[in-house]
Amino acid sequence: MNAIEMKSITKRFGPLVANDHIDFDLQKGEIHALLGENGAGKTTLMRILYGLYHADSGQILVDGSPVHITSPKDAIGWGIGMVSQHFTLVSPLTVAENVVLGYNKGYIYRPQEVIQNVTKAANQFGIDVEPSAIIRHLSVGERQRVEILKALYHNAKVLIMDEPTAVLVPQEVDILFQTLERLRKDGLSVIFISHKLYEVMTICDRITVLRDGKKIGTVLKNDTSERELARMMVGRETFGVYRQGEQKAGNPLLRIENITAVDKKGLTALKNVSLNVYEGEVLGIAGVSGNGQSELTQVLSGTLKPASGKIFIGDKEITNASPSEITRAGVGRIPEDRHAGVVGELTVAENLALESIEKFTRRSTLDKRLILKNAEQLISEYQIKARPTDPIRTLSGGNMQKVILARALSPEPRVVIASQPTRGLDVGATEYVRTKLLEQRNRGAAVLLLSEDLEEVMSLSDRIAVIYEGQIVGIVPGTEATEEQLGLMMTGARQEVKQHG
Amino acid sequence: MDTFIVGLIAATLRVATPLIYGTLGELYSERSGVLNLGIEGTMFFGAFVGFAAADATGSLWLGVLAALLGGMLAGLLMAFFSVRLGVNQHVSGLGITLLLTAVSLFFFRLIYGEPRIPPSIRSFDQLQPFGNLPIIGPITTQYALTYISFLIIPLAWWVLYRTNVGLNIRAVGENPEAADAAGVNVYRVRSYALMIGGGLMAVGGAFLSLAQLGAFTYGIIAGRGWVCIALIIFANWQPAKVLWGALLFGGVFALQLRLQSTGLNLPYETFLALPYVVTIIALAIAGRNATGPAAVLKAYKRE
Ligand SMILES: Nc1ncnc2c1ncn2[C@@H]1O[C@H](COP(=O)(O)OP(=O)(O)O)[C@@H](O)[C@H]1O
Ligand SMILES: [Mg+2]
Repeated sequence: MNAIEMKSITKRFGPLVANDHIDFDLQKGEIHALLGENGAGKTTLMRILYGLYHADSGQILVDGSPVHITSPKDAIGWGIGMVSQHFTLVSPLTVAENVVLGYNKGYIYRPQEVIQNVTKAANQFGIDVEPSAIIRHLSVGERQRVEILKALYHNAKVLIMDEPTAVLVPQEVDILFQTLERLRKDGLSVIFISHKLYEVMTICDRITVLRDGKKIGTVLKNDTSERELARMMVGRETFGVYRQGEQKAGNPLLRIENITAVDKKGLTALKNVSLNVYEGEVLGIAGVSGNGQSELTQVLSGTLKPASGKIFIGDKEITNASPSEITRAGVGRIPEDRHAGVVGELTVAENLALESIEKFTRRSTLDKRLILKNAEQLISEYQIKARPTDPIRTLSGGNMQKVILARALSPEPRVVIASQPTRGLDVGATEYVRTKLLEQRNRGAAVLLLSEDLEEVMSLSDRIAVIYEGQIVGIVPGTEATEEQLGLMMTGARQEVKQHG
Repeated sequence: MDTFIVGLIAATLRVATPLIYGTLGELYSERSGVLNLGIEGTMFFGAFVGFAAADATGSLWLGVLAALLGGMLAGLLMAFFSVRLGVNQHVSGLGITLLLTAVSLFFFRLIYGEPRIPPSIRSFDQLQPFGNLPIIGPITTQYALTYISFLIIPLAWWVLYRTNVGLNIRAVGENPEAADAAGVNVYRVRSYALMIGGGLMAVGGAFLSLAQLGAFTYGIIAGRGWVCIALIIFANWQPAKVLWGALLFGGVFALQLRLQSTGLNLPYETFLALPYVVTIIALAIAGRNATGPAAVLKAYKRE
């Protein structure tokens, strides 16, 4: 018998159909993946199951009998627990208080007793957390374990996990997978939401794919492949995006000469970095995170003053220039943290106008009509799924990144600086961003790409520079680079070789 | 000890009393995530309802009870607007203050007309547990409501930290989404907290009309509600620290009353301003690192 059955669930948000007659079933003791790109409707479907949203139509069955779930409390009563993408923990309270919140019996609250009970439960389920710790002091991985413990403490037989690995480092992912495996053996059923194919293929028994609010199908892990899942997810085969054609020999548009910089803690973050980026090329910078990439982008954006060295855009020196002067000199930036690159409370249209506000100013006041017109044009050109008047914080990561791309690239800058441009994006959005970057290269811009994703650097770059401890340890042509060679350089190996040889 | 100091201490406790009620009332509200700017009006309403009820029934304690119930009703009204309807907390709070002030004045005119001297009643007697013992006697000669105010400080701590209602109040005040997801009824918990808070505020007002003054005047609250809003920041939203804030303000207030009568050649407004100035300074120092409950001012709406 199925632990959960959802029949023909439909949910609309205004004109948007987030879930369109979706059928979904979960067997007892299975780990069932809900796979789909951002915005496919995965979270919505599970929020309906957990009573946080109400379906416009459809039916939910638990253990074969129809139920009405109108609140999380109902859901918990039916043995359903959910660990959300954004944790729902009260950070000044203790682990134990969070676990019992809403379920503590009687009037009196006895902290010691509650800690004892929670300790017992943690041991029973094999979940490693300290019940008396304050949530605020815990790592992301620990908080996630608190969420799991919370669900199990309330006798969850079905555990929904919404993109649990998005926030975890690889070691924590391993621990999570082990925990889920063990709990499954004890009879727990798990719904595992993800858009990462290899994860789904690692941990799940069956996979249901959603796309644009519709169910595409349910397949057994053993009968499918990553390739088939990718096709189901995005609706076509993904071939990836690769740079094509030789780069034309051109002039250097971005020149970095002997830049040395000190980070916030007073440590030398960049040592004598010199790089030229030529017109019509992508120069990729590969490196393990924290080796000076952030500081390099900050120096190039005008938010960190270098201790020494010079930077030129074409013939114009921009060392120590302000961010807006650098923008005017012809630099388009795609920042590392896209949430820091936009103003969440402002609308899409306002964010699109933000970097070139003088263009939209008439006699000291903003020309709203012009801002809206500009937004409408960019929204259609960059296929952004949003209205000009939506606050930008309501957009998905992919759409937010498209807004940033539109803002940075629409003035056709001579130099493009992209940091981690596809981090956290799904397949479709990643492909889109990469295509756009190559378009810049092909129209003759100089593109500096900083990425921790080696595959990304290798497939887009004409030349690849490797950064290690604030220094460029070597530059290799994209056509000759191998993953192995770059990997070695990223750990500083080239330097060692040089010193000895 | 000289009588000046003894008198000062006794007066400090008296002045602090309504502030303790008001600030604790605000504490319950804000710890649940609602800034209740209805406090000034609720205290005024409490002073009036308490007075009118005591006057009508002849029982001062029935007056206090009426104020308590009236204040809880005011809290419920605040909950209806700010919690249930999600109206901006500044707007609904100030609205309640305006409304309750007007309602109180309306019924005051209806009952008492426009008297030249404010109507008065025989106020509460002070308790004298230590009779006429030197020092300790006069200091402990206080109203029962003052004694109660000192008891409800540890009580507030106990409610917040040792009852499940308190756990829920703290949770909805910090992260209502999380509390909701855990099955806590955010609206209900906030409504309870606002009702408890409103009741306490109103009793603070009734203390003025039924104990301290034995009369009802238009300026009876004189901005004490706003002082409570400041004291809660001074207290960093901790029940125990409410005591220190109230005593500080009460102490300076009592002191300036005494300074006025020493014949110092300064305009009396200077003295009147003193407690407020001290509050601002204390707030600037103590409040620098104060962080309130995270959800204050944010209406909670389930999507
Ligand atoms: N509360 C909401 N109001 C309006 N639109 C929403 C809301 N929640 C989700 N959506 C929209 O519904 C669609 C599906 O979203 P979601 O279920 O979060 O997708 P997923 O979890 O698969 O990334 C998206 O287009 C999203 O913008
Ligand atoms: Mg989602």
